[in-house]
Amino acid sequence: MKTKNIIIFSIISSFFLVSLISIWKILVTLQGIKLENFNFQIIFLLGFLVSLAHVIIGNKLNYILKLIIFSLIFIFIDGYLIQSMPIWYNIGVFLILYFFINKIKKFNNKILEEEHSTQIIIFDFLTLFGIVLFSFVILFPFYMMVVTSFKTQIALLVNPLDFSINFAQGFKDLFKSYFVIFKSYKFGKYILTSTIVSLGTVFITLVFAIPAAYAIARLNFFGKTFLSTSILIIYMFPAIVLVIPLYTVFSQLGLRNSIEGLLIVYTATTLPVAIYMLQGYFKSIPKELEEAAILDKLSWFGIITKIIIPLSIPAISSVALYVFMIAWNEFLFSLMFLDNPNSFTLSRAIQYLSGDAETPRQYLMAGSVIVTLPVLFIFVYFEKYLVSGLTAGSVKG
Amino acid sequence: MNDTLAKTEKRTAYILTLPAVFLVFAIVLFPIFANVWISFKEVELKDIRIPEPRAKKIVKSISGETTKIKILYKLRNSSLLQEIRDVTFQDKYPKNFQPKDLDKRCEFKKNKLNCKFGNWPAKYRENFEVIFETKDGSNVSKKEIKSIKPKLKGKSDNILLNTKFTLKNFKKVLFENEFIDLLLTTFYYTFFGTVGSIVFGILTAQMVNQKFFGRTFMRSVLLFPYVAPVVALAYTWELLLDPNSGTLNSLLINYQIIETPINLLGQKYIAVNILGFDFKLRLALTTVIIFEIWRYFPLAFLFILARLQAIPKELYEAADVDGASPFQKFFKITLPQITAVISILFMIRFIWNFNKFEDVFLLTGGASGTRTLPINVYQQGFAISDIGTGSAVSIVIVILLLLFMFFYFKLLGKRVDEN
Repeated sequence: MKTKNIIIFSIISSFFLVSLISIWKILVTLQGIKLENFNFQIIFLLGFLVSLAHVIIGNKLNYILKLIIFSLIFIFIDGYLIQSMPIWYNIGVFLILYFFINKIKKFNNKILEEEHSTQIIIFDFLTLFGIVLFSFVILFPFYMMVVTSFKTQIALLVNPLDFSINFAQGFKDLFKSYFVIFKSYKFGKYILTSTIVSLGTVFITLVFAIPAAYAIARLNFFGKTFLSTSILIIYMFPAIVLVIPLYTVFSQLGLRNSIEGLLIVYTATTLPVAIYMLQGYFKSIPKELEEAAILDKLSWFGIITKIIIPLSIPAISSVALYVFMIAWNEFLFSLMFLDNPNSFTLSRAIQYLSGDAETPRQYLMAGSVIVTLPVLFIFVYFEKYLVSGLTAGSVKG
Repeated sequence: MNDTLAKTEKRTAYILTLPAVFLVFAIVLFPIFANVWISFKEVELKDIRIPEPRAKKIVKSISGETTKIKILYKLRNSSLLQEIRDVTFQDKYPKNFQPKDLDKRCEFKKNKLNCKFGNWPAKYRENFEVIFETKDGSNVSKKEIKSIKPKLKGKSDNILLNTKFTLKNFKKVLFENEFIDLLLTTFYYTFFGTVGSIVFGILTAQMVNQKFFGRTFMRSVLLFPYVAPVVALAYTWELLLDPNSGTLNSLLINYQIIETPINLLGQKYIAVNILGFDFKLRLALTTVIIFEIWRYFPLAFLFILARLQAIPKELYEAADVDGASPFQKFFKITLPQITAVISILFMIRFIWNFNKFEDVFLLTGGASGTRTLPINVYQQGFAISDIGTGSAVSIVIVILLLLFMFFYFKLLGKRVDEN
């Protein structure tokens, strides 16, 4: 039983090591370094032996000593197999081994003898493997987006795998794509339009949503349940179905190619979520406060501005951030309603840019970085607010 | 007293909700009904523009006579298809102006020229000339005349408002355009995208539910694809997958895994051999589905993680006492606890994936076998500029969605009853 567990442990852990080393090798290849073989079998064998040796040696050897010896042997063999690698490659391999041996530290003789230890091993390594793999798969496109924007068309044609950033070339050359899209493609204007549209949508949505949410949360009136259920149903309804009628009506009213037109549509499509999220929060505010206010003869306007809004700043800001993100990211309506480059939003501008086959891709990626950065910044910075909002309302997407 | 209070409460509620309700109804509900109307009409993109009478004003000086001036109006009907009825014209001039030999259709009063041009057929054009001279013999300033623009008005039929109906659009959608293929593609895209994102959502939620270093960071990273703008992501993927110089193909060739680049987004079928069976895989569609899973599994992840964190710890502790294995714990405790969330997620994601337009549009534009119903709305309505048919496709989408919701809730209702 125990030998079987030790072997399973060694196999699974060395799979994990192989995946770590392979990801590292892919990243190294993308720095323009010639590396044509993963050496799967040998790395796998090495990993297997390291895990096996780790269990067999156990505590007889000092942990640090063990770590250094294993890593050095590994680096030596790996370095022998693929020669002429830069020193930072080997440092990377060393760090991976350090991480790996740290992870398998807890698997000693004792744990491997326990009941279900095979499943525990599989579960643990699957989790580790999943974390590494998912981080890679998700971050890789973002990484490529950023690195590509710093390259030039010619450099990419010479070696399509060289994404190393040459910091020696100076600030101006490094950010050349960014300068170009601001100068020749008027990205400054598009950023301004996008910002105006997004902030405008946030403002109007809140002005409409706060009173409506308050009424639904607190007041009794005919059609209340109908209203709150229809909010949810409307929220599920597809935007693509609205496109043609809105296009025809907006054409006839002259609202196409205008910021007003976008504002109307964005507000209407985000209102249901905003109302839904806000009324949930308003219900959690104790009623006594308003009852006191009613005795003081405060009007509904006073109640909302003096009691409800100050008390629900967290919820309102989360709705605001949220609506901002939806409006900023929106693409379908901006594609349909805007065909004059003077009124483009960022998303539409990038799509327009890509329509021209001549546009160098680093410009496209620089544009993508510009449109992505604000959203990711907001998201990471205000994550706490947003995540609760995401689960409560779930951004349409 | 109480009665009036209830009345004011009601009134306040209506005042508070009315603006929001009105806006949402106008922009969301009205178009759905408008779709029905348009889908029974033969309308093209160019018919939408309302015909307008237009005039271009050209000022010409007459040589040798500084006190006289000739003004030429190039009049036309903007529409190539429809007539404009009862066209009226008005223009203003400086005070000391007086017309010479005025056209019969016009009259001059208080520095204003009013004309009635009657009916203009489609494509109508006319050069209309007026000569003015100054009353006091002073020189004419061209600038002043040019700065004033004539006003024209006319009546025309709005093609959207007449009562001619046709079934042509639906016939076209249902019988001409490989409708079955369209439906199947949409179904594959929706179904596999939904299932895939839920499966990966479960995996990642299970992962992040354990304690490890950098867990909060991991949680934000997992949500990146969901919150980033679709335009940026789609183009990055397109770049990665590009057959000529894309990173993925270059990498695979570099490692000698493939010999010739694969056009992952532009190739409809690829021959695959699994266990000796040859079959054709819809390659571009698969790639698009993978993108969809990549982009939308975070939503499933978030929902499921929230549910996992709410499962009482005692359940797992009791299982530990009973000596349950990790797999038993997952299948016997975790999975039953999250089935409710999964079924809600399935519905939400199914509906949204069914209507997804941007992702496919940006990646392939609907080419190489990735044309889904929403893409078809765009292609019919804007690429072929047949608005009526586009609307008919929208109606088909709405009907299919309603059907899906109906069966879904019926099934769900049954299961709830059984429990």
